[in-house]
Amino acid sequence: MEVTSLQNGIIIDHVPAGTALKVLEYLKVDPSRTKIALIMNADSKRYGTKDIIKIEGMADDRIDLDVLGLVARNATVGIVRDGSIVKKLTPTLPQHVSGVIRCPNPRCVTSTERDVRQGFHLVTLNGHQEYRCDYCDEEAKF
Amino acid sequence: MTSQSAQKCAVLESQLVGRSVVTLDDLSTDHIRLLLAKAQYIDEDMKRVAHTCDGRILATLFYEPSTRTRLSFETAMLRLGGRVIGFAGAQSTSATKGETISDTVRVVSNFADIIAIRHPKEGAALVASRAASHAGVPVINGGDGGHMHPTQTLADLSTIQARFGRITDLVVGLCGDLMFGRTVHSLIETLCRFGNVHFVLISPDELKTPRYVIDRIEASRTCDYEEVHDLQDVIGKLDVLYMTRVQQERFFNEDDYLRLRDTYILDPAKMKLAKPDMAVLHPLPRVNEISFDVDADPRAAYFEQVRRGMLMRMALESSLLGDSLPGFSESDECKEVTE
Repeated sequence: MEVTSLQNGIIIDHVPAGTALKVLEYLKVDPSRTKIALIMNADSKRYGTKDIIKIEGMADDRIDLDVLGLVARNATVGIVRDGSIVKKLTPTLPQHVSGVIRCPNPRCVTSTERDVRQGFHLVTLNGHQEYRCDYCDEEAKF
Repeated sequence: MTSQSAQKCAVLESQLVGRSVVTLDDLSTDHIRLLLAKAQYIDEDMKRVAHTCDGRILATLFYEPSTRTRLSFETAMLRLGGRVIGFAGAQSTSATKGETISDTVRVVSNFADIIAIRHPKEGAALVASRAASHAGVPVINGGDGGHMHPTQTLADLSTIQARFGRITDLVVGLCGDLMFGRTVHSLIETLCRFGNVHFVLISPDELKTPRYVIDRIEASRTCDYEEVHDLQDVIGKLDVLYMTRVQQERFFNEDDYLRLRDTYILDPAKMKLAKPDMAVLHPLPRVNEISFDVDADPRAAYFEQVRRGMLMRMALESSLLGDSLPGFSESDECKEVTE
């Protein structure tokens, strides 16, 4: 097998170590149908270890930065054209997300009520930020 | 000529019409002050407001058992001149056939002018309020699992207001189950919005106040807190002592429940150490955390709290329906809202 460098696509760097597959799932990238290179638990000066995701042929507008911010808030996205990084994007934490994650609280109404769209809002308290369920205020788990 | 205070009350009142109350965050502190003033006004002469909601219908959709809360909502509407429909217990409803909360509420919102709902699932009241908004019918959360119970907090605030003439500049002790007790969390968060409260959080380590509630206190510029284990050590400095029941249904393990149930019991011996005007509150029902010997003590405010709850529900129901209390806009209570 030959792993060549990326020609046209995106590099998602600084993904929390061990979570690359989960990040792909949230980004709705199907690894069975996409040309992907995953580097997991690589050394990172900033975070100790990290994952890196390289996707060949993926257009930058297909990456949902809101969703990426949700699951990998420190990640960066490099846009690669003709083998060079031409642009870097940083996800911002969205104020609200819906239809991406499910509430982990078994007592939440969303666990039984049909036709309810899951939603989470960003809460900032004393400098730390977290997402809480719109319905029961349970903290989101990723 | 309409006075300035009456004008301000009228503006606040207009903002409440048609609004649902799922959490107390749905109300501003000015709205809460208005409701406190209205409850006080109603209390002074109940007959004066007896026809405020003539022709109105309240639906109480109570999917789980409740004595106090349902009767309080219903009595509030009856005392305002309206009528009541509803159910108590999901077994007699279409929920047993698999009907969603949303569908049930959409159906009922065709019959009723206002809905009060209690449901074991957290967030059920938000689902209900969204369903009822199609018909412009306000929904009041009467308790959604362990999540929110805003009218209980309104009752608590009204009791404190009645005892001290204020809900700020107080030392408020909360004792017992501070981890699962939703009334405790809601009271702390709401008092933090008004400010200038020192909280004394009295609980065993297993039932300590959750981090997100502590965060709310720390985020307040004028409130602070201390966490202690022993009620006896701190009771002497409290203005308010809010006792809670250690609820069996919040435990997965019965041994843990039995071990912690009797940890904090308020009795006459402890009351001797308290200030002469301390108010003892409890959301009820109590099990054994307050000795029956304390009931006759004038500082016991927990049965008064039940009455205050009804008065606040009267204030809330009439306000959300847009039915003005006769004479309120010219009253001293209205003036106090704007001071």
